Amino acid sequence: MRIRTSAIVMVLYIVFLLLPIYWLLNMSLKNNTEILGTFTLWPDNLTLRNFRVILTDPAWYMGYVNSIIYVVMNTVLSVTVALPAAYAFSRYHFIGDKHLFFWLLTNRMAPPAVFALPFFQLYSSIGLFDTHIAVALAHTLFNVPLAVWILEGFMRGVPKEIDETAYIDGYSFPHFFVKIFMPLIASGVGVAAFFAFMFSWVELLLSRTLTSVNAKPIAATMTRTVSASGMDWGVLAAAGVLTIIPGALVIYFVRNYIAKGFALGRV
Amino acid sequence: MDKTLNNKAWFLVAPVLVLVAFSAVIPLMTVVNYSVQDTFGNNVFYWAGLEWFQEMITSDRLHEALWRQMLFSVIILVIEVPLGIFVALNMPKKGFWASVCLVLMALPLLIPFNVVGTIWQIFSRVDIGLLGHTLAALGVDYNYTSDALDAWATVIVMDVWHWTSLVALLSYAGLQSIPEAYYQAAKIDQAGRVAVFRYIELPKMQGVLLIAILLRFMDSFMIYTEPFVVTGGGPGNATTFLSIDLVKMAIGQFDLGPAAAFSLMYFLVILLVSWVFYTVMTNLDREEAA
Repeated sequence: MRIRTSAIVMVLYIVFLLLPIYWLLNMSLKNNTEILGTFTLWPDNLTLRNFRVILTDPAWYMGYVNSIIYVVMNTVLSVTVALPAAYAFSRYHFIGDKHLFFWLLTNRMAPPAVFALPFFQLYSSIGLFDTHIAVALAHTLFNVPLAVWILEGFMRGVPKEIDETAYIDGYSFPHFFVKIFMPLIASGVGVAAFFAFMFSWVELLLSRTLTSVNAKPIAATMTRTVSASGMDWGVLAAAGVLTIIPGALVIYFVRNYIAKGFALGRV
Repeated sequence: MDKTLNNKAWFLVAPVLVLVAFSAVIPLMTVVNYSVQDTFGNNVFYWAGLEWFQEMITSDRLHEALWRQMLFSVIILVIEVPLGIFVALNMPKKGFWASVCLVLMALPLLIPFNVVGTIWQIFSRVDIGLLGHTLAALGVDYNYTSDALDAWATVIVMDVWHWTSLVALLSYAGLQSIPEAYYQAAKIDQAGRVAVFRYIELPKMQGVLLIAILLRFMDSFMIYTEPFVVTGGGPGNATTFLSIDLVKMAIGQFDLGPAAAFSLMYFLVILLVSWVFYTVMTNLDREEAA
């Protein structure tokens, strides 16, 4: 009997989660007359026009390209610098280590709204405004601390004896790190990369503030659907559906580590 | 794990330090700079001392935004934490359905913030949205663009939809770490469902719940994009939270001085809470190790 009630709870909760997403998908497959004129639970005249608009208009699909470029740059940058740092935190005591670790955390907690304006001025003054690298650098503000914390959590699980044995066997530090240590924390690197990717992908405030045309992210392009002839709801919905896909595709691979990632490696 | 003292480890940390210093310290110094100066344009600045801080501390606008923000964060926590625990308790323990639940539940967490806003904007519109339309058909007078209470309800339901899964996933991870033997012992003692929850599951979830509560507190405290897309801070100023107000002030009106003073105080609040979070968490880590 208990099993059945819990199944009902889960079904209800998941329906609650999926209903709004279904509605978005539903709208993306309708034309605007059907959206505005009639109220239908599923598309009467199934159309792919909205998706076609996005995939054929450079102003639209470049938004996705821009987003992907800065997100990938940010992910690579964050994980690369975070790896040695996380190793240092997980293996050594050094002067100021606790303060530094805490300071990193505060950056994860800093409201992007506080940083929006100074970032705008900083990147304008060094001529990086409206470039992908500007957004990628700005997002390191919260992604580097996140990556350090996640990786540190995974590295703590690797016994220290492995390092010592490798040094006795004559491995140099870089050699040991790449050849022996990295494969041991491969899943940690994957999870850290996934979370860096995700948080850079979902962030809008900074990426919108730092770009105007050339590096404009898809999230900001979506505001374009408001035009003189009113709102193009169908295209807006289709654009929304397309932004969900990257997350939905990779989520399966990290399903068992999601909690660990969100908890900054502390589960 | 016992760590060796090695100050050369600073070299390993150096890249992170340089990068984060560039993207955190320099901008923060700019903010400090603005907060104590005034300008009449043309990049000419005058020393203003603590004038902006005084103005902001006594400003009704800030007080109202702060008040709304607190109320919002408290409501979010009161709903999401118990609901998240409840969902986690009902999740399948292992097997195919556990994976299905994990993947589906994580889905809202990975949607860009403004798309979350768009989804709910569409979903709750009276003319084209499923929720709005259904409520209207049931005879409820619901309109989130003109009624403050409806706007609040929409923003809160949206946040519950968006983030409850985070609490649930963390609690689930905590539950998974409880050895089966504990439950068997409870069975032998003939402990009821409530007793099992109170004396076995809740203490074991303590660590992850702490993280969940503080993450939810932080993130709801700096929420910007989702309510901005759905309500634009309206109707009136009903859903203008701290971040929305700050961006309005800094980028909309370009009131640099007051906005900078506002930013610093905002950041200080966050810093204080982060510190409490960090202290409690490291203490828990130590207890676990001991």
